[in-house]
Amino acid sequence: MTDTTSAVEQQLKTLMTEADAAVAAAGDVATVEDLRVRYLGKKGLLTEQLKSLGGLPPEERPRVGALVNRAKEALQVKLGERKDSLESSARDRQLANEVLDVTLPGRGLRQGGLHPITRTLERLETLFLRMGFEIADGPEIEDDFHNFEALNIPPSHPSRAMHDTFYFDAHRLLRTHTSPVQVRYMEKHQPPLRIIAPGRVYRCDSDVTHTPMFHQIEGLLVDTDVSFADLKGVLSDFLVQFFEKPLKVRLRPSYFPFTEPSAEVDISCVICGAKGCRVCKNTGWLEVLGCGMVHPEVFRHVGIDSERWTGFAFGLGVERLAMLRYGVNDLRLFYENDLRFLRQFR
Amino acid sequence: MKISEKWLREWIAPKLDARALADRLTMAGLEVGAIEPVAPNLEHVVVGEIVSIAPHPSADKLRLCRVNVGKNKILDIVCGAANAAAGMKAPVALEGAVMPNGMKIKKTEIRGAASSGMLCSASELGIAESSEGLLSLDRDARPGMSITDYLGLDDTTLEIDLTPNRGDCLSVAGLAREVAALTGARIKPPVVKRVSAKARRKVSIKLDAGQDCPRYVGRVISDIDPAAITPLWMKEKLRRSGLRSIHPVVDVTNYVMLELGQHMHAFDLDKLQGAIHVRHAVENESLELLDGKRINPEPGSLLIADDRQPLALAGIMGGLSSAVSDTTHHLFLESAWFRPETISVRARSHGLQTDSSQRFERGVDPELPARAMERATALLLAIVGGKPGPITEQTVRRHLPRVTPVLLRADRIQRLLGMAIPPRIVENILARLGMKLKKSGKNWTVIPPSWRFDISREVDLIEEIARVHGYDKFPSRQPRMAMAARPVPESDVDEPRLRAALVDRDYQEVITYSFVDPKIQAMLDPGVTPLPLANPISADMAVMRTSLWPGLLQAILYNQNRQQTRLRLFELGRRFLARDDDLTQEYVLGGAVSGDATPEQWGAPRRAADFHDVKSDIEALLALAGMDEEAQFRPVRHAALHPGQAAEILYQGQQLGLVGLLHPALQAGLGLSQPAVLFELRLSILQQQKLPVFRDFSRFPAIRRDIAIIVNETTPAQAVLESVRNAAGELLVNLELFDEYRGKGVDSGRKSLALGLTLQHSSRTLNETDVEQVMAEVMSTLESKLGAVPRQ
Repeated sequence: MTDTTSAVEQQLKTLMTEADAAVAAAGDVATVEDLRVRYLGKKGLLTEQLKSLGGLPPEERPRVGALVNRAKEALQVKLGERKDSLESSARDRQLANEVLDVTLPGRGLRQGGLHPITRTLERLETLFLRMGFEIADGPEIEDDFHNFEALNIPPSHPSRAMHDTFYFDAHRLLRTHTSPVQVRYMEKHQPPLRIIAPGRVYRCDSDVTHTPMFHQIEGLLVDTDVSFADLKGVLSDFLVQFFEKPLKVRLRPSYFPFTEPSAEVDISCVICGAKGCRVCKNTGWLEVLGCGMVHPEVFRHVGIDSERWTGFAFGLGVERLAMLRYGVNDLRLFYENDLRFLRQFR
Repeated sequence: MKISEKWLREWIAPKLDARALADRLTMAGLEVGAIEPVAPNLEHVVVGEIVSIAPHPSADKLRLCRVNVGKNKILDIVCGAANAAAGMKAPVALEGAVMPNGMKIKKTEIRGAASSGMLCSASELGIAESSEGLLSLDRDARPGMSITDYLGLDDTTLEIDLTPNRGDCLSVAGLAREVAALTGARIKPPVVKRVSAKARRKVSIKLDAGQDCPRYVGRVISDIDPAAITPLWMKEKLRRSGLRSIHPVVDVTNYVMLELGQHMHAFDLDKLQGAIHVRHAVENESLELLDGKRINPEPGSLLIADDRQPLALAGIMGGLSSAVSDTTHHLFLESAWFRPETISVRARSHGLQTDSSQRFERGVDPELPARAMERATALLLAIVGGKPGPITEQTVRRHLPRVTPVLLRADRIQRLLGMAIPPRIVENILARLGMKLKKSGKNWTVIPPSWRFDISREVDLIEEIARVHGYDKFPSRQPRMAMAARPVPESDVDEPRLRAALVDRDYQEVITYSFVDPKIQAMLDPGVTPLPLANPISADMAVMRTSLWPGLLQAILYNQNRQQTRLRLFELGRRFLARDDDLTQEYVLGGAVSGDATPEQWGAPRRAADFHDVKSDIEALLALAGMDEEAQFRPVRHAALHPGQAAEILYQGQQLGLVGLLHPALQAGLGLSQPAVLFELRLSILQQQKLPVFRDFSRFPAIRRDIAIIVNETTPAQAVLESVRNAAGELLVNLELFDEYRGKGVDSGRKSLALGLTLQHSSRTLNETDVEQVMAEVMSTLESKLGAVPRQ
């Protein structure tokens, strides 16, 4: 080994010690980059070292050259590691600065809500639509013929007194039930028919258990061989599905001028499980709807042959079902439109 | 109808307790609404007899009674009742009794005199609302007997909610018939004997309105005892049916009504002049009714009159002038049959619903008047004495209801009920209901009894069969129906979808009344005359709404008064517009927004919701209907809205709706504390949805250019947008207006608008020249058409 050689080696060693210290001390990615240029750049100190190999004896050159190259590679790795480590801690610092309070409430709009009567109506409509019923509609300002006469309620009929009708004049009135829709529908369509008619109805009555406006759904099914047994089956199934509970359903004879035989439908009390409570007046039963076989007189008024066709009709009170379903204890709440009430239903 | 269970059991005694009997009736269509005890528990209350009576030494109003309470026991009782007298029999509450009001009876001293029990009034026993003095018991009462046994108070009242078709059950007799049909038990009616005349006096009867009153039975009873009183047993039966004792004669007629179902009327014979005329009222007649009201019967009303004047509103209510009283000595009794339709129409037009009209309008057995007359006569003779005259009857037979045979087909029964019922059962049920049957082949001819006004068709008989057989015996089935596809028009935007869109945009649905306060209605829609109700329930619900705004604003007000400040309400319902003879009742979707645009929240400034916030909600609904590109908002004047912040929404030339800020004057007038933005959209137009039609789109890169221009303040943004669209032509694929600015840097009367144009070619990449050309064209059009200048 020549003196020159050992001087070069010594120089390399010093340079590397110096470089290692500088890399370790580098505080940011830019400094690391500067160091790379300083040592490994085109005119970097290590690059210069390689150039100075020319001054060595030829037999020494490969060995010293290899030394320099190894040093370069080692420095390269160290620079890379330092850069990674600096980047990663910079990212960590940034992320640490970006910590949010995830428990703060979200921003923007809230969810509004449907009126509980609409919610109930939509549910009822869905149930009946899936059974194959169609939705029919009719006017709320009705005439005497469709609201009464065609439903077999002539002017002298005692049940007119029970209807508490709102009148405009001798012929026009606010419909007292959704039943006129079945008349209007049958005037325009021939059987077979399967419809429901949801909507507002009005009675001139206002107290704890009555509001002057409320909602009903009328149902009508007419075909060649519809019987009382079908009526029982359809309504029992419907009620069980509506309440999503195994219920007892019973039909009790009643009277409506536009159906015969007529029935009130009772279900076992959903509030107390038929044990007896205030809502079912300790009877274990709740009256939920009225129904019956379409009266031949109604068919006659709309020109349908009652010998050929039979059918059943039903009418249910939407408020009543909503109250039972959601446990609402005061009918009047539905029409006060108090947000503290409404917002309980979405 | 309320009836004593014991009274019913006097007629028929099925082997069922009250609960079971009530269930049987209910399940046959005679709904028993309540079963109530007729009296509270009255243990240790017995019959007492006042043996002697003496003044109290130190109290003027009190007396000392010695009372026999049976088993040789005499009690000293201090009593304050004015009617207490030696020999009187009255209830005594013994030591240990607890009165219905909670008072415990024990030995005590009253003003220095010992008293060991209490002589009682009817109200103290809880069997009268009010009463005067001691309850005087009849002479046959045996001292020491429990008062409950003596008065038969171990009884219940059955309250039966009869449907209007079953007028035949408005009596003990009728209910007994029904119970017999339902249980098979036998009826034991009281014996009604014909009472032969003891005097000759009679009143002649003229039926001048035979179609309305085809049968009238009358009888004079003379020389009754004006001092007679109603026996306790009868008072008790009346009480258990909810009737007060009024006068022995009236009590008897009421009793017969409850027992047999025939309403009768008793006149004071001395107040009548000449014959009884059953006739129609003429103009300008006047009648003072028993309830003290004077009426002018409408011409055509059916009257009972004498030669001189109207006496009673037939079948509805008697008149005061001929009513029986304490001074009545001679009676004329009426027992008639009135045509149901006549009574129901008149009762309603006079606003009178009485026990009498209730029965006649539902139909009373036309064979009943004479029988009821005999029954009443017998009871009257027993209670008020007197001499009966002969029964006089007038009948116009051709106007009496005729019983017509009804054909009943076995296969029809099965078809309607869904189950075959053995002929044996059909026959048994109908026979038990009093029907006469004749079988021919598989069918029957049925003659209903005279009291069943509700049976005239085959289906009436089928209902009877089903009802008595029991609805629970019928199977439950699913109908078999064709599975035909039905139209599902895609152009209809579902109402649920529209509602959901608003709910998702933070709206709360409300349902408000269709009738509103005419004052608020007039404030909000002054140009339109609303349809008034003839009989509104209250003055503030008197007219039909012509817009949903009155109800929505009232809902806003209601909640605002309950500390709710951010309100976003909508309703879907009808508005009612009456123009001349034309009435439209169309569905509209209305909304009212008041308060902050967003819920109170961190990181965002509070800001009141304004016109454009609500406009975006409407645009969302328009987008659902596929109308958002075509619909236009145009300034409009509306009385309810701010003149500068109101728009009508137009779609294909039709007015789809309105949106705007509530006029500040109305806001103040209604008492709203914050501004409110209102909208209302016609559903029929909103539901003319356009179906999507596919358009191919360019896959080449788009280029965006932003421009800022200055135009007059009055130039509508829409005009600018339209000009840009026209000028840019088909290369323009999107246009956004992203800023509007007035103020510093812009001359007053002018405003700056910033627009972003996205340009794209359908078949190639745009180059800079293309873009420059379009932008130059846009700028020059804006300049020439709208006087716009670029903002520097």
